[in-house]
Amino acid sequence: MEVKSPAVESRGIREIDVALLRDTIARLIVEANYNIPPDILQALRDAIDREESPLGRRTLEQLVRNYEVAAAEQRPVCQDSGVAVVMLELGQDVHWTGGSMQEAVYEGVRQGTQAGYLRWSVIGDPTRLLKLSGQETPAVIHTEIVPGSDVRITFASKGFGAENVSALKMFVPADGVPAITQFVLDTVDRAGANACPPIIAGVGIGGTFESAALLAKKAVLRPLDVRNARADLRQLEGELLERINQLGIGPQGFGGRVTALGVNIEVHPTHIAGLPVAVNLGCHSTRRKSTTL
Amino acid sequence: MSSAIELTYHNGIADADLERLRAGDSVELTGRVISLRDASAARLAAAVQSGQPLPISLENQILYAVGPSPAKPGQIVGSAGPTTTSRMGRFLPALFKAGLRAIIGKGELHGEEMAPFLSHKGVYFAAVGGLGALLANQISSARVIAYDDLGPEALYVLEIVDFPVVVIIDRRGVNFHEIARAQWRKG
Repeated sequence: MEVKSPAVESRGIREIDVALLRDTIARLIVEANYNIPPDILQALRDAIDREESPLGRRTLEQLVRNYEVAAAEQRPVCQDSGVAVVMLELGQDVHWTGGSMQEAVYEGVRQGTQAGYLRWSVIGDPTRLLKLSGQETPAVIHTEIVPGSDVRITFASKGFGAENVSALKMFVPADGVPAITQFVLDTVDRAGANACPPIIAGVGIGGTFESAALLAKKAVLRPLDVRNARADLRQLEGELLERINQLGIGPQGFGGRVTALGVNIEVHPTHIAGLPVAVNLGCHSTRRKSTTL
Repeated sequence: MSSAIELTYHNGIADADLERLRAGDSVELTGRVISLRDASAARLAAAVQSGQPLPISLENQILYAVGPSPAKPGQIVGSAGPTTTSRMGRFLPALFKAGLRAIIGKGELHGEEMAPFLSHKGVYFAAVGGLGALLANQISSARVIAYDDLGPEALYVLEIVDFPVVVIIDRRGVNFHEIARAQWRKG
């Protein structure tokens, strides 16, 4: 029997040189760090009217001004250019040529960090046992294989003020939505000013231990003007946002009504015995930029 | 920010200037600060504890928890907003022992984290986190004076001008974050 190799049956396969990916990442990291996403800027502008605390209002006005100055002067909005998180929705008909896809992403981050005068915020060895050069720029890459021949890239520079106070907990089915609600509120309350409020709360529910965390990351990176497709989850997002904004933390923990700009939930089926919940917090400066190759 | 207290100091901050500040006050600081981050704080504290000479005296000084991004050609400094103070909390007792008077950072300090401020009558100022571009324009000079092997965590001496901060912990030990959060909390 004749066995045809996949290479022979390559009709419909789209070849993409990894150099394109590298150059795109190098561009996205700079653009993301100089320009706050428009939906976040709009949410901050809207929040000024809603904030009752004078100091909170003044803080929100400073944040808006910061983003205007950063864009005008082409400066990083924040000195913490964070860890580069690269989410790739990779069409299954794509074939990379010209080298390693992972190395291309790393190299793009390196070139963009250099060219954009971004801070070298990543250390190569998390244990700090190895003494490395101090200019390591590996990214965190998440790849999802999807139908088609496009590559959808969501790039994020994730600062660690908010990352450090994110949390994950394995609940049981009987705990239900009340436990999810309380866990989100407790996480935001404990984080307080350290997460750089007003924050965005990304909530990942379901899947397994690690996938709940990834869902939470996807949730925190979802634009604020994109609401959940499910009406019940959209309602839960709204309820959580309202209750977070009753915590009183306010902008920078200076007290006030605007503690969060949005709550985004992402879900995935889980085991009949489980209810994993992850809360990934994003600061007001949750930098992201998407494009399609 | 016309309501802010303007506070200019030379050769370190005077006790009298810190004494009159109250938790919740908005202040515009003009003077010299020394940068601090995780790695430089650890190294400084180790030097204090082992009696080694410090690269710069901390006597009557204000530290600023910051690791600036690199300056572009023609810029004094890159973006330079505050980082989370509590990460450096365990090193503060040693730094206060060496003469530190106040620290600028961001985020909250509670319970045990407040102890070094209470026992040394230290003041904690918060700058607004994520204000890196705006705050860079309130810095008139920046130079690395030690630990340059630490890259962004090197010790910088920064001259700040009308630098906006809020008093979080004052010399009476009042904590503004605790007051403000309780005041605005519903239910």
